[in-house]
Amino acid sequence: MVPFAGYAMPLNYADGIMAEHRHVRTHAGLFDVSHMGQVKVRARSGSVEAAAKALERLVPADIVAIKNGRQRYTQFTNAHGGILDDLMVARLDDTLLLVVNAACKAADIALMQDELVDCLVEPLEERALLALQGPEAEQALAALAPDVKTMAFMDVRALDVDGASCVISRSGYTGEDGFEISVPALDASRVARQLLAQPNVKPIGLGARDSLRLEAGMCLYGADIDETTTPVEAALEWSIQKSRRKGGAREGGFPGADIILGQLENGVARRRVGLLAEGRAPVRGGAPLYSDPAFADGIGKVTSGAFGPTVEAPVAMGYVATAYAAPKSPVFAELRGRAVPAVVASLPFVPARFKR
Amino acid sequence: MTLYFTKEHEWLRVEGESAVVGITKHAAEELGELVFVEVRDAGTEVKAGESVAVVESVKAASDIYAPVDGEVLEGNAALTDDPARVSSDPEGEGWILKFRITNPDQLSGLLDAAAYAALIA
Repeated sequence: MVPFAGYAMPLNYADGIMAEHRHVRTHAGLFDVSHMGQVKVRARSGSVEAAAKALERLVPADIVAIKNGRQRYTQFTNAHGGILDDLMVARLDDTLLLVVNAACKAADIALMQDELVDCLVEPLEERALLALQGPEAEQALAALAPDVKTMAFMDVRALDVDGASCVISRSGYTGEDGFEISVPALDASRVARQLLAQPNVKPIGLGARDSLRLEAGMCLYGADIDETTTPVEAALEWSIQKSRRKGGAREGGFPGADIILGQLENGVARRRVGLLAEGRAPVRGGAPLYSDPAFADGIGKVTSGAFGPTVEAPVAMGYVATAYAAPKSPVFAELRGRAVPAVVASLPFVPARFKR
Repeated sequence: MTLYFTKEHEWLRVEGESAVVGITKHAAEELGELVFVEVRDAGTEVKAGESVAVVESVKAASDIYAPVDGEVLEGNAALTDDPARVSSDPEGEGWILKFRITNPDQLSGLLDAAAYAALIA
């Protein structure tokens, strides 16, 4: 067990990190991600559109356009265009349901309560969150909730799972098909055991969670994105819909919008990229990057890296000066005083298998 | 053939001037799954306490230190393709390097099996 954002969580279970990672990509794995923050946002007027417009004061995504039963990925930004947290925003009837990172949840809730005065911002402290991920996730969950078979990627539904009132989204943090299940705390243990009782579902720890999301090219807040990185530098501009960009119906109106919209127009000095190092030594977060093996020209830094069991090679993400951001650009990472040759790689390292 | 241990959870099987060096079961368990092992180049001379190898687990890198003064003779080539061997058989097939001892007097400062067992009890 290791400490994580104030919680005690398993790094791995009996099979170990690599076996757990491979199991998720071939069968199904269950993660207890109850440490994450779940927050309900409702307009005092009851209008979901009002709640969406209010939240748009804090995020660059188009929240108003999220249809009932759908969700979107976005970020809370600050006045410098930096990222305070990344999150999922789901719309269910008159409510917005947010899932935020554990380390940021107190700050995120305080931010929303301070800024969204026309809304009720309610942390859902009595709900757990389970993630079931992998090609066999649908089969396993459908045994308890048959309706999930009709869900597409990024759908959100309120569904009964063995008598527990759950909210299920078809999404996750692994690049595989899968579901995130918000379940009342009192039912969580029972639902988790029932899922683990399904054939081919194994419990998965934090170690595999990290190598899976890294292979999937997904950011880890605090490592790959933070208050000093803008969504454009982080290559997350796909999450900023046209309506919030220059010329859009609700252009800007979020913290740092002028900087972010400026970057969309004029480009950025650095970009988050994937990195594939030669050899087998993992290149980890913090390693400096250079354009030459003599370390004369520093061009960026690795922000996360690990051994990718599916890719069977070390995989990493980091920021490089834009001139070096094209895939196949050769770069050098400094590892224990040596220059390790690497190339910029397109993300994800492993093709996504979302059920679109 | 004499078997020694260190407080840093390494073992040495000494025969004459040379030794085979590895990490103990205890250390292997602590490190977890290994993805990469790198031994310093053959011929590298080291003082006791200097790094002779690096083992990378899934989560982090750890140094293996020279238990006594000496010279790296060779790394276990099998570990290039199969670093997991260190985890599965740390005191046998998972040996890490062969080492020439230049200062045998230093061996008396190391632990024997009983002392090491007491250390990890």
